[in-house]
Amino acid sequence: MAMLHVVNKSPYDACNLNTASSIMKEGDQLLLIEDGVYGAMKNAKAESLLNGLKVSVLGPDLAARGISQDKLVDGIDVVDYAGFVDLVEANDKVQSWL
Amino acid sequence: MKLTIQVNEGPYQHQSADTAYYFAKAALEKGHEIFRVFFYHDGVNNGTRLTTPPQDDRNIVNRWSELAQEHNIDMVLCVAAAQRRGIVDDGEAERNGKDTTNIAPGFRISGLGQLVEGGIQSDRLIVFGD
Repeated sequence: MAMLHVVNKSPYDACNLNTASSIMKEGDQLLLIEDGVYGAMKNAKAESLLNGLKVSVLGPDLAARGISQDKLVDGIDVVDYAGFVDLVEANDKVQSWL
Repeated sequence: MKLTIQVNEGPYQHQSADTAYYFAKAALEKGHEIFRVFFYHDGVNNGTRLTTPPQDDRNIVNRWSELAQEHNIDMVLCVAAAQRRGIVDDGEAERNGKDTTNIAPGFRISGLGQLVEGGIQSDRLIVFGD
């Protein structure tokens, strides 16, 4: 039973990403949206939290914050809103870490 | 896939009212069904027809109304949250002695049971908020 974990807070602002990443189980998927996209950045605060996780990030929210894809941790999948919908469909449940 | 979307944040607050709208639009474009959008807490402010954003800004309320009408989506404002924040339809105006209404087209006011039912009847429940 795979779960999509959605994080919308910056790791510089809140500990939602710490909580989500510590609770995620094998096969679960992480999606970073809104200010949560700061968690996807390379050489930044949250990089170590993403080790071993399946991570996607919402492209329009990266663009809105001026973060180019070469600034991201390696292996992160950039999706658009259609990709967001596909992730919701591919997982049995969705947990938003608000 | 049948979806229920919960929106906990008001318009022009942070970003969740926008994210929820773009997600809903993308889901519809992919042929999925939206069973209900349930607006809770400050999210009920998405349903007042009295907002007048600048002309060069998006009109978040009208955008929801148009989406509801184009795709026949049930958009529900939580009654207790709406009463606290002054969102009024005909029934609430009569019940609480208010002299006017401000609910936007395509929205209705109802109870939390509608959220529970949305969770039961849909394949996925997705929450947007701050």
